[in-house]
Amino acid sequence: MISYGSHRFPGKLFVVEGTDGSGKSTQLALLYQWLKAEGYPVFYSEWNSSPLVKDTTRRAKKRHIFTPATFSLLHATDFADRTERDIIPPLKAGAIVLADRYIYTAFARDVARGCARDWVRDVYKFAVKPNVGFFFRAPLDIAVERIISGRPNLKYYEAGMDMGWSDDPEESFTIFQGKILREYDSMVDEFGLTVIDATRSIEKQQREMRTIIERHLKKRRFKAH
Amino acid sequence: MFYGTPLPGAEQEDYSGKLIVVEGTDGVGRSTHISLLRTWLESRGHAVLDTGMTRSVLAGRGIKEAKTGHTLGRLTMQLFYATDFIDRLENEMLPALRSGFIVLTDRYIYSAMARAEVRGIDSGWIRSIYGMSLVPDAVFYLRIQSAQELVTRVLASGRGFDYWESGRDIHLGEDFYDSFIAYQTRMLQVFDRMSSEYGFHVMNASRSVRSVAADLRRSVAKVIDDPPALEGSAPPAKMKSSEEPLRKSTPVSPTEKLEKSAGS
Repeated sequence: MISYGSHRFPGKLFVVEGTDGSGKSTQLALLYQWLKAEGYPVFYSEWNSSPLVKDTTRRAKKRHIFTPATFSLLHATDFADRTERDIIPPLKAGAIVLADRYIYTAFARDVARGCARDWVRDVYKFAVKPNVGFFFRAPLDIAVERIISGRPNLKYYEAGMDMGWSDDPEESFTIFQGKILREYDSMVDEFGLTVIDATRSIEKQQREMRTIIERHLKKRRFKAH
Repeated sequence: MFYGTPLPGAEQEDYSGKLIVVEGTDGVGRSTHISLLRTWLESRGHAVLDTGMTRSVLAGRGIKEAKTGHTLGRLTMQLFYATDFIDRLENEMLPALRSGFIVLTDRYIYSAMARAEVRGIDSGWIRSIYGMSLVPDAVFYLRIQSAQELVTRVLASGRGFDYWESGRDIHLGEDFYDSFIAYQTRMLQVFDRMSSEYGFHVMNASRSVRSVAADLRRSVAKVIDDPPALEGSAPPAKMKSSEEPLRKSTPVSPTEKLEKSAGS
């Protein structure tokens, strides 16, 4: 088993992270279009998307049977499948892999739910270290506002209702997101995340990302045309 | 009480039940002995919960589905099993232990860790994940001499070779037989090493079901502090023939000792 930071692949891995409503998925979609247009082989991989684990996660969410430990482990199972199937093979083949949420999402959420920091980091030790980990940072009130205004009903686990912090979904969600944001902030130095100010215009954020990514691609160009 | 990092939110607590593990490779008769033990314990007035791998409400079905395909990766498999285990630990075993049940578990973390190790997975990693588990009150390891002996049992059972029990996913042999022997031989080696590391009570499972069952009853009675005076009320199947003393862990050969000290 190769540990975090020790993989050597010809491909490049770029990931986006941040609280819900930070705009990271929009930015990643724009990045994808650009890289495709530039002629790179690009793969996109999303959090919680393993075909082997999907049904189990859906059932558990519906029936509210997760605990912090099993929530963490099932998401790690999902991530392991994606790593073994969608991330490592394209990286070995020299492609670019874009991931919407990565291990830092698990570190933030699971620790906010009471799992031990070291334990969660150990569980994900097999993950490939990204070439760039973008962290879309938005102040808590803005992120919370973006989600709550866009969605009539917050989901049970999304709002952290399983933790019993509050009976009110909005209040629970705000408490949960606050804890998550604190974890993200502490990971910026720990994992060398690149902070993007998510309050600026979409265009500005995208330009900044492209500049950073270009530096990583300069060395190896394999245009299709 | 926990091997490593405790379960989130768990506190050190004394529970009134007992956690008893029956471990062993595939086909050694674990489920037979668990059902015998259960009947015996219940007849003596103990409440029993039995559990085993892939029986969790959360992940049991998902694991079974994943195993029927051909895309289940090594790391994914370990984590899926860990999810199943922790779900049963939190939702079945712990509540039962708190209520004073005797929990009989068909395999525990040791099988999961042995399978991972045989598949070349970092043993520190898998141990850290399973650090969340309770240290059991006793682990009975049903030990068989060789993989060849297991083959006889697998064939006698009529179910034949299983893909995973033969380690076909790691390509150890040309056909099911070769692969089964190579895989189970490695499993036996890992279990032997774990015997001393985790203080297994080693039971010689090459003997008849009757004598193994008698040994298990005697040993379990000690673990649960069952007064021997009640022995008379045991069901008619009671077996007193074999008086083989209980061994705690296998004797370690001199070479193994050397390897162990060199590795640590």
